[in-house]
Amino acid sequence: MDVQVDGCRAHAATGSRPINNQERAVIFIHGAGMDRTVWQLQTRNVAYMGRQVYSVDLPGHGRSEGQALSSVAEMADWIIRFMDAANVQTASLIGHSMGALVALECAARNPDRLDKLCLMGVAEEMPVHPALLEAAQQNLPIASELIVFWGVGEEAQRGGHPHPGLWVHGASQTLLDMSRPGVLYSDLNACNTYKSATERATSVNCETLFILGHQDKMTPVKSARSLSAAITLSSTEVIDRSGHMMMLERPDEVHKALTSFI
Amino acid sequence: MVTPKFAKFDTMALHAGQQPDPTTGARAVPIYQTTSYMFESTDHAASLYNLERPGHIYSRLSNPTVAVLEERVAALEGGVGAVATASGMAALFLAVATLMDKGSHIVASGSLYGGSHNLFSYTLPRFGIETTFVNPRDPDAFRSAIRENTRLVFGETLGNPGIEVMDLPKIADIAHEAEIPFMIDSTFTTPYLMKPFEHGVDLIMHSLTKFMGGHGLAIAGAIVDRGRFDWEKSGKFPTLTEPYAGYHGLNFADEFGPQAFIMRARAEGLKDFGACLSPGNAMYILQGIETLPLRIEKHVSNALAVVEFLDQAEEVEWVNYPSLKSHPDHELAKKLLPKGAGSILSFGVKGGRDAGRRFIESVLLASHLANVGDAKTLVIHPASTTHQQMSDDDLATAGIEQGMVRLSVGIEDPADIITDLKQALRASQKA
Repeated sequence: MDVQVDGCRAHAATGSRPINNQERAVIFIHGAGMDRTVWQLQTRNVAYMGRQVYSVDLPGHGRSEGQALSSVAEMADWIIRFMDAANVQTASLIGHSMGALVALECAARNPDRLDKLCLMGVAEEMPVHPALLEAAQQNLPIASELIVFWGVGEEAQRGGHPHPGLWVHGASQTLLDMSRPGVLYSDLNACNTYKSATERATSVNCETLFILGHQDKMTPVKSARSLSAAITLSSTEVIDRSGHMMMLERPDEVHKALTSFI
Repeated sequence: MVTPKFAKFDTMALHAGQQPDPTTGARAVPIYQTTSYMFESTDHAASLYNLERPGHIYSRLSNPTVAVLEERVAALEGGVGAVATASGMAALFLAVATLMDKGSHIVASGSLYGGSHNLFSYTLPRFGIETTFVNPRDPDAFRSAIRENTRLVFGETLGNPGIEVMDLPKIADIAHEAEIPFMIDSTFTTPYLMKPFEHGVDLIMHSLTKFMGGHGLAIAGAIVDRGRFDWEKSGKFPTLTEPYAGYHGLNFADEFGPQAFIMRARAEGLKDFGACLSPGNAMYILQGIETLPLRIEKHVSNALAVVEFLDQAEEVEWVNYPSLKSHPDHELAKKLLPKGAGSILSFGVKGGRDAGRRFIESVLLASHLANVGDAKTLVIHPASTTHQQMSDDDLATAGIEQGMVRLSVGIEDPADIITDLKQALRASQKA
C-alpha cells in the first residue's frame, strides 16, 4: 500500500491482506540499509492473525521515495506522519536494529500513539566500526559483506534454514546491496550518532518486548540490559543460536515470541 | 582494512545448507524419506498453506533433504535461494512458466543442449511461447531479436556441443537494457569454474545430474535466483508483481522482494506442475557436490592433456576447446573462466560421419552414452543422438558438423584416456 508522506510516496507491505481499519495496527520498521521485505517471514503471519500490518519502507528505502532521513529522531517523526497518512491512530511498533531505535524514540516522543513496543537486535548504543562506516560512505561492496559477516549468526552462515531453499547469507547481502547509493551510510551514521536510547527508554510506559540474539555480535544481549532495566513493563526473549538477523535466521522462535506479544 | 572471513567455496561445498540432525546427531545429511509432515496445530497448518510461515507440508513442495541441496547450490552460486527439481529440463520449464504466459517470447542462444532446443522449438510454441535463436557469439543479434513481448534471454555458459563461451557481461547488459532477465544454464562450468551472478546474470539453471553430481547415479536440476532483478520496475512480469489468487491475493514482489521469483517458482510451479526432486536423489547429488572442487580440478587438468593429444593427432581434423589459442573465444575464456574451461570438448575425425561412427564404436574405456559431466569419460555423436531432432540449418547455426564427436573427459588417469582415444582414432581410419 502507498500513502503520501511529506509529498513523497511512502510504501508498506501489508502481508498482501486487505487493510481493515477496525483491527489493531502493527508497524514493522527495518534496520540500516534494509527494506520492508526483511520482515517477509513475519508480516503475512501477523496480518492473518487479524492485524492491519504495515511493514514500512523508510524514506529512500525500498519503494518509498525521498531522501534517507539522517537521524533516528527524524525517522521516528516520519513514522507518526506515516500513521497519520494511513489513518492509524495507535499501533504496536516492531523495530529491528536501527528500526528498534526508531521505535524506541517514537514511543518516547508519542506515548499516546503506541500501545506496545517490540525491540529486536537493539542496544543502548550502536557504535559502527570505523572501517564499516568508511566503506559505506564510499559505497564499497565490502560494507554489506561486513554487515552480513557480523550480523548473520554462525549457524545461519552455513545454512539449514527452516524456509526451504532460502539462503539467508545471500538474501541479507542482496537486500543491502540493493539499497540506493548513500543510504546505508546515512543509516549507519544515524545509528552511530544516536546516544539517547537509555534516556528515552525511561520515558516508555507501554508494554515492551525485547527479542535478542544469543550470538548477536552487533548488538550483544548484554548491551540491551540498561534499556530493559529502564522500561518498567519490559520482558526479554533471547533467541538461542541466532545472530543479529533473528527474524530471518530464526523465524519460528520469533513467531512464538511475537504471538504472545501481539 | 577489516575483511570478513566467510567460509570458502571448498568448505561450503561440504557444509552449506546443513546443520547436524538435532534429534539424532547424524552428521551426514539424512534422507527424509517421507511424503508429509506433522502440523503442530490447525493454525500452524493454515499458516504453512498460506505462505505465512516457513516449513514443510508435503514433499512435492519441499523436503528437508532436498532443502539442504537447495541451500547448498544457492550458497555456492551466491544467490538468495534455489529450488531443486526432478531434472535440469524441469528446472528450465519451471523458470519459463514462472516468468511468462502465452504470447511471450524468448531470445535464446542457438547453441543449446538438444533437449532445451526442443523445448523452445517445438513444445513451448504449443503453449503460445515462441523463441528466436541467435548466434551465441553475436551480442548484437540478441539485441536485435528482443521484441516487446520478450520475457527472457537464455543461453549456456559453454554452448552444447559447440563449446562457445558466452559473453555474459555483454549479454546481461543487453537484456537489462530491455528490462528482461538473463538466465544461464551453468551445467558445463559449475560454480567452481564460474559464478555467472558475478557477471550480471539474473537466474541460473543446472542439470545437477552432470558435474555437480558427477557419479551418473541420479537425475536432478535446480534454478537459483540472484534476487537483484527489479520485477516491479520492469513492469513485464505480472506473475511476480500482481496479486495471485492462488494465495489470496499474495503479491510476491511486494512481500518477498529479492526472493519473489524463487518463492513463486516453488509456491506455484513446483506445486502445480509437480516436477519435484526425490530426497534420495537429492542425497546422491549432495554426495557429489562434496567433492566438486577436487573433481573439477582433475576434470580440467585431464581435459588439457587430452586436448594436447588430440591437437597433435593426425586422425583429427580439428579440436574445439576454449583453452586452445585457436578457439574463437580463447581470450574471453581466459577472462571468464580463469580456472579452466571445463572438460567437455568436441573434435572432428578425418573421414566425416562414417569415421566418427567407427571412432565411437571403437572406444574401450570411454562410454558411449547420453550424458556429460560424469567422473567417467563419455563420448557421443551429437548429430545422430542428442541433437538429432534439429534441422540441417539449425545444426549449422549450432555449429554441429555431421562428423563431430563430443567428448566429456573424466577423472581417470589421463594416460589411460589418451591410450583409449589413440586406439579408437586408429580404428576410425580403417574403412
